[in-house]
Amino acid sequence: MIAYLARRLLYALPILVGVNVLTFFLFFVVNSPDDMARLHLGVKRVTPDAIEKWKVERGYDRPLFWNAPRPGLAALTDTIFFQKSVRLFTFDFGRSDEGREISRDIAERMGPSLAIAVPALLVGLLVNVTLAMTLAFFRGTYLDAWGVVFAVVLMSVSSLFYIIGGQYLVGKLLRLVPISGYEGGLDAVKFIVLPVLVSLAAGVGSGTRWYRTLFLEELGRDYVRTARAKGLAERAVLFKHVLRNALIPILTGVVVVLPLLFLGSLITEAFFGIPGLGSYTIDAIHQQDFAVVRAMVFLGSVLYILGLLLTDISYTLVDPRVRLE
Amino acid sequence: MISPVVLWTDALVFTLVGVAVVFGLYARRREHLREPWRRVARSPKGVSAGTVLAAFVAIGLLDSLHFHPRLEGAEAGGSAEHYSTEVASVFDLLVWPLRERVEKTYSAPFATHAYAKETIDLGGGRQAREYPRLVHGGAHLSDAGTRGADIALRSLAGLGAGIALWLALVGLFVAVPAARRGERFGRLWRALWAGHWQWPWRTFLVTAGVLLTLVTLGVTLAGTYHVLGTDKVGQDVLYQALKSVRTGLVIGTVSTLVMLPFAIALGISAGYFRGLVDDVVQYLYTTLSSIPGVLLIAAAVLMLQVYVANHPDDFESLAESADLRLLFLSIILGVTSWTGLARLLRAETLKLSQVEFVLAAQALGVAGGRILVRHILPNVMHIVLITVVLDFSGLVLAEAVLSYVSIGVDPTTISWGNMINSARLELAREPVVWWSLAAAFFFMFSLVLSANLFADVVRDAFDPRLRGSERPA
Amino acid sequence: MTASPRALLEVRDLRVSLSVPGGTVRAVDGVDLTVMPGETHAILGESGCGKSMTALSILRLLPAAGRVVDGSVRLDGTDLLRLPEDAMRAVRGRRVAMIFQEPQSSLNPVLTVGDQIAEGVRRHQGLSRRAALRRAVELLEAVGIPDPSRRASEYPHQLSGGMKQRVMIATALAGEPDLLIADEPTTALDVTIQAQVLELLDQLRRERGMAVLLITHDLGVVAESAQRVAVMYAGQVVEEGVTADLFARPLHPYTRKLFAALPAVGKRGGALEVIPGTVPSLTAHVPGCRFAPRCDQAWALCRAAAPGWHPLGRGQGVRCHLYAEGRDRARSLPPGPAVVPASMAVPRDVTPTPLLRVRGLQVHFPIRRGLLQRVVGQVRAVDGVDLDLAAGRTLALVGESGCGKTTVGHAVLQLLRPTAGSVRFDGEELTRLSGPRLRQRRRELQIVFQDPYASMNPRMLVGDIVEEGMLAQGTLPDRTARRSRVADLLAQVGLDPGATDRYPHEFSGGQRQRVAIARALAVEPRLVVCDEPTSALDVSVQAQILNLLRNLQDHLGLAYLFITHNLAVVEYLAHEVAVMYLGRIVERGPVGAVLRGPAHPYTRALLSAVPVPDPAGGRAVIHLEGELPSPSQPPRGCHFHPRCPEARDLCRESYPETVGVGTGHRVACHLHPPS
Repeated sequence: MIAYLARRLLYALPILVGVNVLTFFLFFVVNSPDDMARLHLGVKRVTPDAIEKWKVERGYDRPLFWNAPRPGLAALTDTIFFQKSVRLFTFDFGRSDEGREISRDIAERMGPSLAIAVPALLVGLLVNVTLAMTLAFFRGTYLDAWGVVFAVVLMSVSSLFYIIGGQYLVGKLLRLVPISGYEGGLDAVKFIVLPVLVSLAAGVGSGTRWYRTLFLEELGRDYVRTARAKGLAERAVLFKHVLRNALIPILTGVVVVLPLLFLGSLITEAFFGIPGLGSYTIDAIHQQDFAVVRAMVFLGSVLYILGLLLTDISYTLVDPRVRLE
Repeated sequence: MISPVVLWTDALVFTLVGVAVVFGLYARRREHLREPWRRVARSPKGVSAGTVLAAFVAIGLLDSLHFHPRLEGAEAGGSAEHYSTEVASVFDLLVWPLRERVEKTYSAPFATHAYAKETIDLGGGRQAREYPRLVHGGAHLSDAGTRGADIALRSLAGLGAGIALWLALVGLFVAVPAARRGERFGRLWRALWAGHWQWPWRTFLVTAGVLLTLVTLGVTLAGTYHVLGTDKVGQDVLYQALKSVRTGLVIGTVSTLVMLPFAIALGISAGYFRGLVDDVVQYLYTTLSSIPGVLLIAAAVLMLQVYVANHPDDFESLAESADLRLLFLSIILGVTSWTGLARLLRAETLKLSQVEFVLAAQALGVAGGRILVRHILPNVMHIVLITVVLDFSGLVLAEAVLSYVSIGVDPTTISWGNMINSARLELAREPVVWWSLAAAFFFMFSLVLSANLFADVVRDAFDPRLRGSERPA
Repeated sequence: MTASPRALLEVRDLRVSLSVPGGTVRAVDGVDLTVMPGETHAILGESGCGKSMTALSILRLLPAAGRVVDGSVRLDGTDLLRLPEDAMRAVRGRRVAMIFQEPQSSLNPVLTVGDQIAEGVRRHQGLSRRAALRRAVELLEAVGIPDPSRRASEYPHQLSGGMKQRVMIATALAGEPDLLIADEPTTALDVTIQAQVLELLDQLRRERGMAVLLITHDLGVVAESAQRVAVMYAGQVVEEGVTADLFARPLHPYTRKLFAALPAVGKRGGALEVIPGTVPSLTAHVPGCRFAPRCDQAWALCRAAAPGWHPLGRGQGVRCHLYAEGRDRARSLPPGPAVVPASMAVPRDVTPTPLLRVRGLQVHFPIRRGLLQRVVGQVRAVDGVDLDLAAGRTLALVGESGCGKTTVGHAVLQLLRPTAGSVRFDGEELTRLSGPRLRQRRRELQIVFQDPYASMNPRMLVGDIVEEGMLAQGTLPDRTARRSRVADLLAQVGLDPGATDRYPHEFSGGQRQRVAIARALAVEPRLVVCDEPTSALDVSVQAQILNLLRNLQDHLGLAYLFITHNLAVVEYLAHEVAVMYLGRIVERGPVGAVLRGPAHPYTRALLSAVPVPDPAGGRAVIHLEGELPSPSQPPRGCHFHPRCPEARDLCRESYPETVGVGTGHRVACHLHPPS
């Protein structure tokens, strides 16, 4: 098990290198730092001096890969590639193009992101599983048939509709909770309710339908027939036998996204004015702050790989058939 | 007479049509491909959703035949014809009035007066603040008070025309086989409505009837009113909603078209050849899928923006640069979504390469490439097809979200995402400007819902697991 | 068939329909059945005859597509089909329990074995959780599982197939039922394990006075374990009787044919009796006797009117017009099937140079562990195998599942590259060939697989499938010539040339196997590896394929490497036989010598475990303890010693040398020391 995990971590390294090289290529090779400077400074004010100043302030004045005039190792390290990409491996994200410390921003904004993302995930999971179980229990009846149709309708609606509609209905017409904003502490609850409800509505259609298929697949298996042959009631068959088996893909599917919760949801946070990492990323995109986007790309892949690893581990915990070797 | 323009996405859209036609011809002769499609055609749900989809596709295709419109009133002395730098499509020709009849700013659906008050010079130095009459919407009415009656009259006309046309269509559908088979018209007619025909023609005809009536209603009403209102710059919202269809379809289909060759080639060769090939392919898709999709798209689109901003001379027209961005967005969406399919195909190929018919082919001395093409590929095509139809609606929905985050299509491209994005702030106004949002959501919903329903039917028809294995029990 | 007052279970006129795409199948069409307390009653039939559907409808566990249309199922007089679902649940597991064919999938993979047994105990005996678990351990002990308290906390995947079936039996015993329905309980198991499980079932029946309804397709299993037997065909019981009587004097033409189609020693050299045609589709109503189209004794009446049930005394009865009142019963009992005279079955002399010569063949799969994936062990699937096979001869490779026999077949064909050893075909070393040279050579070595469903690409037409080898080898570049060759090949294997334009799924299992043989023959091979080619087929169809294979050998001089677990087939078809155990050959020699005078204890046990379709046979079964060990850690010394009834100290220490014990008869066992 330990050896397995260690090996998986080793495998993660080349993947992160790949991500790194890819982002470096996108950010520095497709467009030169001069191009970025010109964009940032606006077309009118561009003088070569201004561009040079902008680059020096942000450390983009170095060569890409090889700093020939510098002696020894510095020829390699005093380059954009090393300073802006390689240092990410030590989680040294540097400063944003606005000059702020990215690591501190991330640490600050993680909390609000989690405050939205975790309840949204848990509520969604609970509701979807419950609904799916209900449909599976009543399989073959009108309730099931209409439930599925309803789920398809729900998942055909754009998530933007749920956000805008939710904000308008709950926030503006009913005036139950604030439309947007965030405060720490207990007050957070009233800011969290609406985003959580909205993300529940946006996910309930596809989630319920997917889990229902899982349950039905399990219901068709031979061990279900054995359980019935023992004289168990349908309820016991469903809750004891089917649920245990179907929870394996459900839980591991949840585990893979757990680490990514740190990044928050781009859209939800932006709409509801939650000062999390999602809106941080959106702002960076709007302001074309490449340093932040680069950092988030790297962080995202690290968390994704972590998610894969956690998935493997969670399999060994919930599925007795799986042993990691 | 006209000066055609072939945008990049047009070319790809018609390539896709070509591929679909070739595949259709190929499938016609192959029972294992024809049979599932027959099952789709037998399902009323599939037929109904398919008809609606076909209507959307027709709009999209007409909107993909682009040209430069001729400028009116060529200057004296110039014998050569002059063309506008603007780009229009055949679809624009059909709805030309919608395109041209621009108001000043917002107006509600069926409005005759503008949304905002204006200062009007009454002459003699007197001024008044009031809602001005619209330039086009309801302009034919001398008295705005008769609007209700006029709308009712026109709706009735549209409804009547729709039903008449539809009855003619149904009559044709019954008369032709009746004449050919020498059966009585009345008998076939009753059989059709009792659902005794072999295929669900009834469902098709009802769906087509609804669509037809919508068209005739559009013709009688949209000619004189802005049935869905106008937006901030006074453009007709119905026109925008219809133009957005092409954008949605391009995003939904071109993305898949771009990724398919990679996903198929890499996925099945990784599964079949294993070893080094497998390692490299797995590394590729794990790396790509480890970057959260939105961030990869954001990074790529940002870089494109920088590139376009710094190289303005590379693009002849706004339409071209907007089109390039649409194409680029499709490619990026394709890049982020091929990994899932490749993973599925690799797993399935791993399984298939141990199945006895593949071993038998190896024992016969069939070469590796040939085994891939003859034995593996046909047996994974159902996965490809199911993925393509399932992905479609997700991609259409993604466009709206990405455009909101301003990493979607170009702001000058008409799309549902851009419509929502520009309209959502107006929710704060009193009275609420809801029509742009409503129109965009409704059109997007109809496309996505019909795509989802169709995808359901296709999956049921093609997925061998859902049909139960072919073995006897 | 008058109802006895003591009957435990009485099924009357049971009709079950199954809805399938394109119609309804009358899967069970008027079945009557009576099971007495404490007896084993067998339902015998080929696949699709409705025997499993009958069993499932007794417990009302039909799949969603199935529906009981009519009839009654009385358990001690109570009609189960009319009970409310609640009351029915009290019957399931408590009065009537059931076990299934696949113990692997029939147990819940994520619950412990103990939990799954205790569940039934708690449901039916109302015990506490602790007490129920204790009872579960007792039950595990009762079904002969060693170390039951440890096993109770294990998951199904940690047990072998035979153990899982024992666990299934334990769950069935939890409610102390009066009737146990066993649906093909041993079909998925090897013969030595099958013998253990059948013995266990019989012992439990005797101890507990429990009746057993045994569903099976295996005549041998019936003869060994059932007191009464009902033979089903196409949804109906066609004959019923006391097992001994029925086996001694089968009455229905179908039953008689079934016996005749069974390969056995006596039939060596001749062709097996076959039942022509296939089971009729049960979607349409058949006016006459269902078997009439395939029956060689049928006359006009058989096609016009369905025969009634004709009781013949001693509880025997038959559904056939031949036995109607007033008919001359003597005439209706024609002499047993004449053995078809041997065609060209003169055994050829052993050619001096064998066509195939395998020496020291090893196929190892590395086990990798740890950070750097170092190889820490080997799964020795094949561990030093020698084989010789001459043209025109059949060498049977026999062994239980997991012994490595299929791997040998694949390694001979280079579908799997051997780890070590040599495979010489016609003097050329195959292991060193690769690329185009190997592909070219492949035309001379072909293979026929076990599964007629998986061995053909479902997306290709039969014509294209047969043609593929010719295309790959470039033997017939001309398209029309190729097409006519395909037609010839199909005719040669007994198929209509019209088959070329149809898809594999339109054919039955036996017909598909014919296509697979035609595909192999298309490249004119000299050696064909037959990997269990008949084990997925029904007895009557198996006979057709065996006859075809023998015929082709006689005419084309093919050599067969025949991989099988079925010793009856070996006796019928093979010239020589090699017995494999855990990756090695323990005994080989001419068929007569090995089967009649087995020298290795494993061969002896294997032979004795095969159920013989003769209730009066009275053979002594040598029961083997335990199961096949893992090939990654073969036991020290002789691999067989942990299970060998005759093992001595020496056996635990060294692997025995192979010695000759007769002409061409060689064995690796310390009982036969090198002289």
